[in-house]
Amino acid sequence: MKANVPRRSGSGLGEAAMVPVRLVMGAVDAPLRWVQRRLGIGGMATFFLLPNMLIFGIFVLLPFFINFAYSMTGGTALFLPDRTFVGTEQYARLFDCVNYADPNSCTEDTFWTAVGNTAWFVLLQVSLMILFSLVTALILNRDLMARSFWRAVFFFPVLLSPVVVGLIWKWILQRQGLLNFGLYSLGLEPHTWLNDRNWSFAATVGVSIWAHMGFYTLILLAGLQAIPKDLYEAAEMDGTRPARAFWRITLPLLMPNLLVVVVLVLIRAVQIFDEVYVLTGGGPGTSTLYLTQYIYETGFATQLRNPGLAAAASILMGVVLVILTLVQLGLGRKGENKGARK
Amino acid sequence: MSRLAEFIFRRRGRNGWHWTDIVTWLWLVGGLFIMFGPAVWLVGSSFKSPAALAEFPPTIMPYVTQKATVEGYDKPLDLYEVTRPDGSKAVLAEVRRIGIVAQMVAPEKPTDIVKVNIAERTPVRTMSFATTNYTEPFTHFDFVRYLWNSVFVTVTATLITLIVNSMAAFALSKYEFRGRTFAMLLILATLMVPLSVIMVPLYSIVSALGLFNNLWGVILPTVATPTGVFILRQYMLTIPDELIDAARMDKASEWQIYWRIILPLTAPALAVLAIFSVVWRWNDFLWPLIVLSRKELYTLQVGLSIYSGELNVQWHFILAMTVVTMIPVVLVFIFLQRFITTGIAGTGLK
Amino acid sequence: MGHIKLTNVTKSFGAVDVLHDINLEIKDGEFVVFVGPSGCGKSTLLRMIAGLEKPTGGELAIDGKVVNDVPAADRGLAMVFQSYALYPHMSVRQNLAFGLENTRMPKVEIAERIGEAARMLEIEPYLERRPGQLSGGQRQRVAIGRAIVRRPVAFLLDEPLSNLDAELRGSTRAELAALHARLSATMIYVTHDQVEAMTLADRIVVLRAGRIEQIGTPLELYNRPANRFVAGFIGSPHMNFLEGTLEASGSDRAVATLKGGHRLEVPMAGGAVAAGSPITLGVRPQHITLDAGENSIPAKIRLVEALGSETVLHADVAGQKVLVVAPGQHDLAPGADIRLSLAAAPIHLFNDRGLRLERAV
Ligand SMILES: Nc1ncnc2c1ncn2[C@@H]1O[C@H](COP(=O)(O)OP(=O)(O)OP(=O)(O)O)[C@@H](O)[C@H]1O
Ligand SMILES: [Mg+2]
Repeated sequence: MKANVPRRSGSGLGEAAMVPVRLVMGAVDAPLRWVQRRLGIGGMATFFLLPNMLIFGIFVLLPFFINFAYSMTGGTALFLPDRTFVGTEQYARLFDCVNYADPNSCTEDTFWTAVGNTAWFVLLQVSLMILFSLVTALILNRDLMARSFWRAVFFFPVLLSPVVVGLIWKWILQRQGLLNFGLYSLGLEPHTWLNDRNWSFAATVGVSIWAHMGFYTLILLAGLQAIPKDLYEAAEMDGTRPARAFWRITLPLLMPNLLVVVVLVLIRAVQIFDEVYVLTGGGPGTSTLYLTQYIYETGFATQLRNPGLAAAASILMGVVLVILTLVQLGLGRKGENKGARK
Repeated sequence: MSRLAEFIFRRRGRNGWHWTDIVTWLWLVGGLFIMFGPAVWLVGSSFKSPAALAEFPPTIMPYVTQKATVEGYDKPLDLYEVTRPDGSKAVLAEVRRIGIVAQMVAPEKPTDIVKVNIAERTPVRTMSFATTNYTEPFTHFDFVRYLWNSVFVTVTATLITLIVNSMAAFALSKYEFRGRTFAMLLILATLMVPLSVIMVPLYSIVSALGLFNNLWGVILPTVATPTGVFILRQYMLTIPDELIDAARMDKASEWQIYWRIILPLTAPALAVLAIFSVVWRWNDFLWPLIVLSRKELYTLQVGLSIYSGELNVQWHFILAMTVVTMIPVVLVFIFLQRFITTGIAGTGLK
Repeated sequence: MGHIKLTNVTKSFGAVDVLHDINLEIKDGEFVVFVGPSGCGKSTLLRMIAGLEKPTGGELAIDGKVVNDVPAADRGLAMVFQSYALYPHMSVRQNLAFGLENTRMPKVEIAERIGEAARMLEIEPYLERRPGQLSGGQRQRVAIGRAIVRRPVAFLLDEPLSNLDAELRGSTRAELAALHARLSATMIYVTHDQVEAMTLADRIVVLRAGRIEQIGTPLELYNRPANRFVAGFIGSPHMNFLEGTLEASGSDRAVATLKGGHRLEVPMAGGAVAAGSPITLGVRPQHITLDAGENSIPAKIRLVEALGSETVLHADVAGQKVLVVAPGQHDLAPGADIRLSLAAAPIHLFNDRGLRLERAV
C-alpha cells in the first residue's frame, strides 16, 4: 500500500460531518499541548501508545497470565482471590484416563470426546478446505470473463456472521428443508440430517468450509496472480506439459501463500465454535462437541461450572495453537531460504 | 448476450473443449448455486407464513392457499381446484377431510356437499409475502433492542478501534523510543492469544470491572486489535518523516500532527480497518454470549441464537430476523467488496 | 535577530558519533552554506539548529539565548525540505496557512501574508491546487513560500534545489539569491553542489565526517584552502594532486621531485617542511598551460574532451593523473606526448597530513 493522496472530498455532507470532529480534536489540543510541554516530544509517544497498551494489558495480557493461575485453582468461585489453590489437580483430572483412545475410560470423558472430535474435524476440514480453495483459486486464475464477479461469488459467505451461517444451514438441513426436498424430487428418501451423528459431523465440516473457503481462495488467488506469466510461456516453449508446469512452477511458487493458508485454516479449525454451536449445539449427543464449546460449557454454561478446569483445557488448546504457529514460522523461514537460494 | 456466450464457450485450446473447460464451467456454475443458493432460499423462506413453512415439499416462492368465507361455516375454507369425473374443472371449498376423501362445497351453493378424492384436486394458491414475519418481531419482541444493541456495539467499537489503534500505530511508526520493538512484538504476539484461550480469566476481569451484563464489556476487549495496529502502522511507515518535521517547524503540536497530518493521510487504511471492524463486531458471537445474560442486552447474534435454540422454534420469525441481521453485511459486500478483497489479498487479514 | 551560535556541539545516534565538536557563529542576515560529501552530517547539523534533533553535547544559541531544550516550534525558524514535505492533503493555501493558524494569528493577517508571499513567488494561480497537481518547480516555490509567510528569524534550507532539473536549478538559484537580498534574513543552506555554494554563500562551511574542515568566504576557500580535502572539494573540475618529495628549500622557494623524477620549483616558506619529506602539490586544471617552457613536465594524453570553448585533457604524468582545462580548441590526439607548464599556476603545497603549507608571499 502506498500513501497516495486522497482525492478532495468535495461533498458538503462530508464537510459537515467533519465539523464536530474538528471541534473535539481542536478542543483537546490545548490540554495536550500542555501535556507535551511536560512530557516532551518523546513523551508524547507514550501518550499515543498508552490507550492501546492499557486495553491490551487489561483485556489480553492480564487474562493470558492469570489464566495459568486459574488453571491451578478449584471451586466455582469466579474471582481468583476467592478460589482455592489445587496445584496441578485440574490437569491431572483432564489427563486421568485408562485408555486415551477411549474417552469413556476418562474422568473428563467429555473433554476427550471434544479432543477426539476436534482432531477429526481439523483433519477433515483442513484438507478439504485446502483442496477446495486451491481448486477454486486455480479456476479463478484462468482467463475468465468477469473474474471479480466469480471471486465475489465464492467470497460472499465469508462476511456472513457465523450465527447466520448456522441458521441458514440449520434451515436447509432440517426435516422439511431444501436438501430433503432435493432428495425427494430425485425420488430418494429424506433424512433428518442433524439428528444423525455422522451426518451432523459432516455438516459441521461442510458448513464451515462453505463459510470460509472464499477467504482462503482469495489469498491463494493473490499468490497465483503474483506468479509471472512469462514463466508459463517459457515452460510452454520448452514443451512442458501443463500438469508438469503445475507441479514444477505453480505449486512451488505458491508455497508461501499456501503455507499461510494451511496455518490459518489449522488455527481456526482448532478453535471452531460459533457456527457449529448454532447449527448442532454440539449434538446429537456429543457428536459435534468441539474443544471451544467444551471450554465454554465447562466454564460458563453448565450448572456445575468449573472455571479451573476450563482454564486448564484452554491452556492446553493455547499450547497447540502456539506450536502450530511456530511450525508456520519455521516453515516460512525455510521457504524463504529456499527462495533466496534460487 | 454475446459476452455471455463468449464466456460460456470460452475454451482452453482452439480445438474443441478441453476437460478443464468443462470442470471450470461446472465448478463456477455449481459454486454460484451453492454459495448464493442457501441465502436466496433463506430470503425466500423468510416471507412464508408458518403454514407454508411447514409444508412439504416446499416451494421456492411463498404461496398461500386461497380461502373463502362460505355461508354456514364459521372459519374461512381452503379453496381447491377439482377435476370432475366428466373432465370439467371447478373451484370448491373444503369442508372436511376423511382419509383420502374430502367433503367439498361450491362457495356459491354451500348446501351441496360433494365428495372428492384428494388425488383429483389441487389447492388454489396465490403468492403472498408474509411481511408480518418482519413487522412482528419489531413490535412484539425485543428485536428492536437487539438491533440497537448490535448497532451500538458495532459503531462504538469501530470508532474506538480506529482512534486507539491509529494512535498506537502513529507512536510505533513515527517515534523512536526505548521499548518500541518490544511493544511491537508484544502486540503481534497477542495475535496468538485468541478469545477461546483466555475466555475464563477475561470473563472474571470483565466482571471485576463491573462490565458483566454491560455492552461496554462486549466492546472494550475487542478494540485493541493487533491486526488493526499492524496494517495502520505499515501504512503510516510510507508517510515521509519530513512531513512531520515540517509540521513541527510549523508549530504544530504532536496531537495536531496526529490528527491533521497523519490521520487524513492514513484514510485509505483507516477505511479498510473500519470496514473490517464493522463486519467483525457485527458478527461477534461467543464473547457477547458470555458477557450478556440479560435479555434486553442481547446483540442480534446472541438473540438469534437463543431464539433458535428454544424448544418451540418460531422459524418464520427467526428466518426474517436472520435476513435483517444479514443486511448490513450484504450491503458491505455489495458496495465495498473490492476494498475488502484487495485488503485481504494484501495483508492476509480477516 | 537571526544570530546563531554553536559552541562545541556534538551529536551521536546511539554509539555512532555523527558530529564532533562543532563551533560556528552565524551573523544576522548572513547566507551560510554547508557543503560536504554525502553522509558528512550536513542535514544533521541543520536539523539540530532547527530543533528537530537534540544536540548530544555543547551549546546552541539563537540571538544569545541557549535553545538546546527549546522545541522546534518555539525557535522561530523555518525550514525548506529537500522533498519539500508539502502536506499532500491540503491545498497550497492551506499549506501556507497551517503554520500561521498554529500561532492563532487572525485570519485577516494570514490571508494578507499568504497574498504577499504568493505574489512574491508567483504562485497565486495555484493557491487552490494540491501539491500533487503542481510541477516540481512550483512545489519548490510553495515550500519556500511556506517558510516565508512565517517571517522566521532564519531560514534553513536542506538541498532545496536537488530535485529540480539543471535549468530550473539555475534560475531558482538566482531567485533565491534575490530573495535573500530582499528579505535580508539569515539563511542556512545545505547542498553538495559546490556551484550553488560558491554563488550563493556569504560564507561556506565545509564539513567532512562530522567535522568542520574550513569556514570562509567562497574565494577564501578557493584561493586558500586549509587542506587537501577542501582544496579538492571546492573548484570544478577537482584540483590535481601530484605526489612528490621535498628536495631542498630556500627562503621562499623550494624544489620538489615528483614521482617519476621530474623536478619542479615551488613557492614555499622556508623551513615549513624538512627536506626529504613527502609532499603533495595541488594545481587547479585551469591553471596549467600547454607550454614547454620553464617549470614544465612531460605528460602523455589519455583522453581529449573537446567542449568547444575549452578542451579538457586527461593526461598522465609519470603514472599520476592530471586534468588540464585549456581554453579554446586544440588539435590533440590520445597518446600524444606534450609538456605541461606550471609556471603561471598558483601551486598549493600540502604536507603529509594534508595540511596546506602557507606560501611565501
Ligand atoms: N536517525 C539517525 N540514526 C542513525 N544515524 C543517522 C541518523 N540520521 C543520520 N544518521 C547518520 O548520520 C550521518 C550524517 O547524516 P546526514 O543526513 O546529516 O548526512 P548529509 O550530510 O545530510 O548527507 P546527504 O548529503 O546525503 O544528505 C550519516 O552517516 C547517517 O547515516
Ligand atoms: Mg542531507
